[in-house]
Amino acid sequence: MAGIGGAVTTGRKARWTVLNVLVVAYALFPVLWIVSLSFKTKETLGDGNFIPRAWTFDNYAAIFSTTEFVRALVNSIGIALIATAVAVVFGTMAAYAIARLDFPGKRLLVGVSLLIAMFPQISLVSPLFEIERGLGLFDTWLGLILPYITFALPLAIYTLSAFFREIPWELEKAAKMDGATPGQAFRRVIAPLAAPGVFTTAILVFIFCWNDFLFAISLTSTESSRTVPVALSFFTGGSQFEDPTGSIAAAAVVITIPIILFVLFFQRRIVAGLTSGAVKG
Amino acid sequence: MSHALNDETAVAVAAKPKLSPKAKAALSEGKKAERRLGLLLCAPAILIMAAVAGWPIIYSIWLSLQRYDLKFPDRTEFVGLDNYITVLSNPYWWNAMWVTVLITVVSVAIELVLGMALALIMHRTLVGRGIVRTSTLIPYGIVTVVAAFSWRYAWTPGTGYLAETVAGGDPVLTEKLPAIMVVTLAEIWKTTPFMALLLMAGLALVPEDLLKAAAMDGATAWQRFTKVMVPVMKPAILVALLFRTLDAFRIFDNLFVLTAGSQGTSSVSMLTYNNLIKGLNLGIGSTMSVLIFIAVAIIAFVFVKLFGTAAPGSDGGGRR
Repeated sequence: MAGIGGAVTTGRKARWTVLNVLVVAYALFPVLWIVSLSFKTKETLGDGNFIPRAWTFDNYAAIFSTTEFVRALVNSIGIALIATAVAVVFGTMAAYAIARLDFPGKRLLVGVSLLIAMFPQISLVSPLFEIERGLGLFDTWLGLILPYITFALPLAIYTLSAFFREIPWELEKAAKMDGATPGQAFRRVIAPLAAPGVFTTAILVFIFCWNDFLFAISLTSTESSRTVPVALSFFTGGSQFEDPTGSIAAAAVVITIPIILFVLFFQRRIVAGLTSGAVKG
Repeated sequence: MSHALNDETAVAVAAKPKLSPKAKAALSEGKKAERRLGLLLCAPAILIMAAVAGWPIIYSIWLSLQRYDLKFPDRTEFVGLDNYITVLSNPYWWNAMWVTVLITVVSVAIELVLGMALALIMHRTLVGRGIVRTSTLIPYGIVTVVAAFSWRYAWTPGTGYLAETVAGGDPVLTEKLPAIMVVTLAEIWKTTPFMALLLMAGLALVPEDLLKAAAMDGATAWQRFTKVMVPVMKPAILVALLFRTLDAFRIFDNLFVLTAGSQGTSSVSMLTYNNLIKGLNLGIGSTMSVLIFIAVAIIAFVFVKLFGTAAPGSDGGGRR
């Protein structure tokens, strides 16, 4: 892509480099700031310096020694993984049907899931609060997993059906003609083609569950099912006079690590996944 | 939809024109099986969405018609539309509504401009495209609460780098308008990349030849942008605007961490949460829930009406 009416000159490259640096700085500044806070010592926490004057791991040691944080981390990981797994399996089934089969109510299903995706989540919090208290689901893993699946399903169906439409399904027939059994055709031909889409969707769904705050703060009340974003907002520090800033920053950095890893390793996929449904919609 | 299947049946019908009644029977048998399989595959998704989204919505309408305060459970009774009158005549509700609208309009407008710039950079940059795209995904992916804490500490006098340099040591988060501005900025930072990605998908559809031709004909860069790119990108722009408007309207996490709704900075979601979880007033909370739902429905309806078929959902199943 040489741009319009001009060769790639050093000047153009330099201009783009400046713009790129601006974008990267924009994206990283707040992240680096919270990282910096997490490494500051108690004494320097309030100095307002962007880069710590004195470095320490104390904040990390402190949060990992509390059950409050460790339990929340276990909850976050467990709840997000289970919800992602279920949403992706059910989403894959539905998306396959939407992409390949003809059945009544298909349009309705797509329409309704789009509706749910756009839904104000707070509108669901009040009835769920009451329903879950009645069913004994309030403040349990399942009590969070269920709404997560519900909101993740539209995302999964939407993204996956866009992916599935791109798969050259004729290959399946071709494989069968060449003597492959249906099982082999699926395993050797279709599964490898579908896997990237499913994987991408799993990442997006996981990020969604990992990110949630509203359901987590409304539908939990104790450590037993509180996730990290909520636990963070309840951090108080060791005593009334202790400032929790360092602990909050350290915990914030810990739950940012998976996101950074996803973004670093699967940038291309995440971009493809986010944009797949958008244009054709 | 089912390219392969349709082609198959078309071939089958064409090849055996004489056996048409029989073929038809077989075909409808196959069709029936296909329908069954389709519904079966969708059943789990439909059941969960119906149970965890559909039923609660109906239930919340019922709750909104009750006087139902968990602090006084004995006084629960059906009160008709009383809760709606209470909420709609309450200045706090309208303040929250205006705050929400203000944050939504300002953040989406700025995001559209910034997002377009970012999309152009990501799409056209000659160097380091991978790095740019990777780093823009960080605001998108990062936990909103984490980002919000980063901003909160940045603006806290004594702790933050922005408080001293930009705000001159003022506690900006304790005054209404400055606090709303900070919340809006946090929202813009977090969601501009998402907007940019959706716009970039639209940019990819702009034919390079068309831009070259326009350049040859002497169109300036700005003309190429407004006369060539924007018209082609229009569907993508509308999708991005709709997604972000509805998303911004439910703002909660950023506000919770940055101001907790103090100094009249509550959004409608924040106010509902406070009535429901803090105040344990299920009746009023549900009423607000229903009202927010209606507001979102109106926004979506206006988008679809204004922009017709270009908006998503209007032709949801019609994609091939």
